[in-house]
Amino acid sequence: MPQRLPRNPFASSTPTAIPISEKPSTRRPSSSKGNRLSQLFSTSPKSKEHQAAQAAIISAAAAQQQRLLNNPSPQINASGLSLPSISLSTASVGENNMDEPATTLFQPPSVAEAKRQTRIEAQFGPLGSQGHRYVSKHTGGDLRPPIMDEPPYFYLLTTYVSYLILIIFGHVRDFFGKRFKPNHYRHLKAANGYAALNSDFDNFYVRRLKMRLDDCFARPTTGVPGRYITLMDRKSNDFNETFQFTGTFTETLNMSSYNYLGFAQSEGPCADAVEETIRKYGISAASPRGDSGTSDLALEVEDRIAKFVGKPAAMVFSMGFVTNASSFPALVGKGCLIISDELNHASIRIGARLSGAMISSFKHNDMNDLEKRLREMISQGQPRTHRPWKKILIVVEGLYSMEGTMCDLPGLLKLKKRYKFNLFVDEAHSIGALGPTGRGVCDYFGIDPSEVDVLMGTLTKSFGANGGYIAAEQHIIDKLRASNAATMYGESPTPPVLMQILAALKIISGELVPGQGEERLQRIAFNSRYLRLGLKRLGYIVYGHDDSPIIPVVLYNPGKMPAFSHEMLRRKISVVVVGYPATPLILSRARFCVSAAHNKDDMDRLLAACDEVGNILQLKFSTGVAGGLENPPEDLTSEEEEWNKTDGLQAPIKPPRWGLREVIANGVQDIKKPLR
Amino acid sequence: MEFQDAQRFVLDSINEINHTFQKVPGSAMLVRYIQSSYQNDPVRSAIELILVIFFIRYLLAPSYATHSGNFVTLTEDEIDDLVDEWTPEPLVAPRTSFEEVEAEKLPVIVGPTGPKSKLSNGRTVTNLASYNFYNFVGNDHIKEKAIQTLRTYGVGPCGPPQFYGTQDVHMKTEADIASYLGTEGCIVYAQAFSTISSVIPAFCKRGDIIVADRAVNYAIRKGLQISRSTIKYFEHNDMEDLERVLQKVVKDGAKKPLTRRFIVTEGLSEAVGDCVDLPKLVELKHRYKFRLMLDETWSFGVLGRTGRGLTEAQNVDASQVEMLIGSLAGPLCAGGGFCAGSTDVVEHQRISAASYTFSAALPAMLATTASETISMLQSNPDILVQSRENIRAMRAQLDPRSDWVYCTSYPENPVMLLVLRPEVINSRRLSHDEQERILQDCVDETLANGVLITRLKGMPTGPNSNGKDEGWKFQPALKVCITTGLSKKEIEKAGITIRHAITKVMTRKANSKLGLPATS
Ligand SMILES: Cc1ncc(COP(=O)(O)O)c(C=O)c1O
Repeated sequence: MPQRLPRNPFASSTPTAIPISEKPSTRRPSSSKGNRLSQLFSTSPKSKEHQAAQAAIISAAAAQQQRLLNNPSPQINASGLSLPSISLSTASVGENNMDEPATTLFQPPSVAEAKRQTRIEAQFGPLGSQGHRYVSKHTGGDLRPPIMDEPPYFYLLTTYVSYLILIIFGHVRDFFGKRFKPNHYRHLKAANGYAALNSDFDNFYVRRLKMRLDDCFARPTTGVPGRYITLMDRKSNDFNETFQFTGTFTETLNMSSYNYLGFAQSEGPCADAVEETIRKYGISAASPRGDSGTSDLALEVEDRIAKFVGKPAAMVFSMGFVTNASSFPALVGKGCLIISDELNHASIRIGARLSGAMISSFKHNDMNDLEKRLREMISQGQPRTHRPWKKILIVVEGLYSMEGTMCDLPGLLKLKKRYKFNLFVDEAHSIGALGPTGRGVCDYFGIDPSEVDVLMGTLTKSFGANGGYIAAEQHIIDKLRASNAATMYGESPTPPVLMQILAALKIISGELVPGQGEERLQRIAFNSRYLRLGLKRLGYIVYGHDDSPIIPVVLYNPGKMPAFSHEMLRRKISVVVVGYPATPLILSRARFCVSAAHNKDDMDRLLAACDEVGNILQLKFSTGVAGGLENPPEDLTSEEEEWNKTDGLQAPIKPPRWGLREVIANGVQDIKKPLR
Repeated sequence: MEFQDAQRFVLDSINEINHTFQKVPGSAMLVRYIQSSYQNDPVRSAIELILVIFFIRYLLAPSYATHSGNFVTLTEDEIDDLVDEWTPEPLVAPRTSFEEVEAEKLPVIVGPTGPKSKLSNGRTVTNLASYNFYNFVGNDHIKEKAIQTLRTYGVGPCGPPQFYGTQDVHMKTEADIASYLGTEGCIVYAQAFSTISSVIPAFCKRGDIIVADRAVNYAIRKGLQISRSTIKYFEHNDMEDLERVLQKVVKDGAKKPLTRRFIVTEGLSEAVGDCVDLPKLVELKHRYKFRLMLDETWSFGVLGRTGRGLTEAQNVDASQVEMLIGSLAGPLCAGGGFCAGSTDVVEHQRISAASYTFSAALPAMLATTASETISMLQSNPDILVQSRENIRAMRAQLDPRSDWVYCTSYPENPVMLLVLRPEVINSRRLSHDEQERILQDCVDETLANGVLITRLKGMPTGPNSNGKDEGWKFQPALKVCITTGLSKKEIEKAGITIRHAITKVMTRKANSKLGLPATS
């Protein structure tokens, strides 16, 4: 398998060009954006071909022009601050004027410059217009659970039937396979006195269901997972048993990485700071934190993170998973109770199990169920002995990565006052991605972080680095440092990773390249709402809360998972599809992760693709109860009333099936209002 | 009027139901069946009816008992009272005084770590506390490679391996390790510490049997705990005891269905520092049909002519070890961990090892650094020779010469663990905690003389644990890590410093101890 890999990582970064003529002709271009959309397809950044380079020059110039047209405000000339692409490039090389629109318009940049510019824009797209921003903030009141739309029964039925067929086929194939091709099943049978390494039963799902869509998982990539991501093409001649690399590469729009704030970049202030750090510190701290792995850099990052999330102290780890897995055993033990949201991440579940505390769970985001559980648990006490619990720790995630829902923090805090439990919020996905200043769910709801006992988060996502953190009161962190296994035995975060975190934090808070952090935060909020509303209007069933950058659309039939993934890949968009067991059996879904590196053009490109694919695969199920209506009742002002009415009290509503053109034409204004 | 309406409605509905029922295919047959069975055999009909009712009840019942037997039914008011009364303990207990002292003494390195490191108090000390055995941290060639990778891949891959987080550099590192060790495949995890904690439960499930060394490290223990398998321990590195345990497992399992059986142990022990007898282990595992999980975290990159670990050092084919776990973060100065083995073993982990599937992939630059340092070890085995010379030099200063401590580590292990001699412990009746305190004093005294060493850290027990479930309690030890970044002379000098510091603390302790009544 790996023989095709070049020895030098650098060599692999030169993907073959995507021919310009390969512009998909099937797409329905929207009137005014047509040339820009197609230009996205033809732009091939790392191309070596002269032709492509020429095209890049033209497109770069066109982009400049477009930008000027879109944004005639003089401020853009005055400084590079409002445009990240400009400030990034100036910061990275120090050639100040290359991006000055006035210069470039009259003297097209050299081939090398144009290439560099396309490369930068492939990692972080230029902002089309200052109007494409939005502040992520809760609008007040309780957090309402998103309305769950359901497709016609026909689709549910066919989904069950599909699984039935898959399972029957699987068993039939197994039946004959085990007789005629025993070799294929050898690893599932006991042999020479060794029990099989995999159980036949557990392996059935992998062998007969997952294998069919294996080409949609673990697609190898190369280069930066920024706005675009470069996939290494592979094919399989034996139905996904093995894959061969074809040696070609495809640059796709990246809707799959958790690159919320767009810090996955190999150019720009972060990368520059990291390079300097590597030169100064080397790659590794070569020791656990408890021995000699504590560096000034680590302490600085911890201090910064604490300030950022609004807690007195914080500590960092070299892996987010282990942050959870090693912290629960240090916080709770025998005689304690953990009540965890049923959809919590595997790391939380493992940490909870390791702690030895009793574990209970409540329905996802359902505060009534949680209250019922709390009353029962507190009044009953520990099982058998009925002794009162020593502590109760409620564990929730800020933003759920498969649902796109936020935790109901206001609701939780109300319960916390009454029931005196401790609250642990895992902000893996919400830190950086939510809130007017990117500080996660507390920021989003306007809640003082001191009301939450422990704030945990990962640095793998919004910050483009690696690892995790825990922030809490000073005495809690002090104790955790002394009693947490990962501090004593786990490797400490490496200096380059720490610097990436530090630089990202500085950019978000506006200390480095002022204005850029704010822009990133507002771009992801805009993109999220824009895409969500657009998909709803096209007729998709979309899960999650309005401001969430995780946007799952439900596919139902298992066969539609690979189909959707392939259709999207054909349109050069990479998406994540997930099915059972990560989701309930029938709720297979595709997930889009929106990033600040995307711009409106990217969202339009995605919407256009979804429009087509939705027609081909019959994915436009929505009934309109969850929003996206064509003519939402005008007389209603508050969202709530509208929902009440659509709860069956009104005449049946017309399912939304907007045309792409209208979706794009109205999106920008409509997302500034409450989504409906 | 109303009554009539109701009557009509009921009649209508019955007709309607009847009508629909008749339309369902097979309904006629069902009716006929019920009629005839009722006429011929009323008892049977009754039993069938009861069965149907029971079946429906069974289907509707919750799948597990919601309340255990001693559930107390309370009124809402009583519950409110209980809620009001309940006062939780604080989330964390206050630190113990020893923990406070430790935190206060924690060295903070300013700038890069290296053989000579600058501490936050401004002093530059000889650093014998980090795993920078070959001083790869300061290597410019490696830095250049990392910067190249940075400029191509950025820092983080921003996603788990299954969701576009797998990059070509990861696959290359996996291939490099596999060919270095001579295994079919390899899988790279994003952190070394947690690797084995995920590998174990990926294969071992409830009902399986694991035979583990009594002194295994913390990460292995957590993996064993998560796996829910049946665990049997054997005495540390005692192959005879292992054989006894294996025999017993085989005998006990003879009549039961065959389950998976594993031996889990370490190459170089983290807590003791000594080395396992791999040929014997492999022989036993073949004889009793166990699979072997070998944690080479401390031996990979250390033992063997080119640093391939225990398999190279003891001439065992790596394919004889089913799962070989190692670290890229220690001596290799990169990051992440790996598990090498057959293709089946590796591919199985990609979907079932929790910290692989549910965590982001390793940063690209750490993967390329690992590839780079592996190739440096392979092409330049002299580094290992030099390292072993330095180890010998240090050992000569400490082990036979010191009256107070001796070294439990394997002679080629650059992590030298020094424990107090049994005579000393016995004559002074030192408890576990007292030993730890004495050794911390030794660390402090050594540092005061310009050499940074550290202690073996005790396994955290977690709140409210009664200390019963920890099982093995290791002996407190000093940890001295040798590096090739220092010349033999410097190592010897550091060794003398350490020896003198220990003597000083011990003699001082002896005096102060005389004045104190024996408290323990
Ligand atoms: C909620 C949650 N916690 C923790 C993690 C683990 O973080 P990391 O990828 O940094 O190990 C994730 C990542 O997927 C997550 O979603």
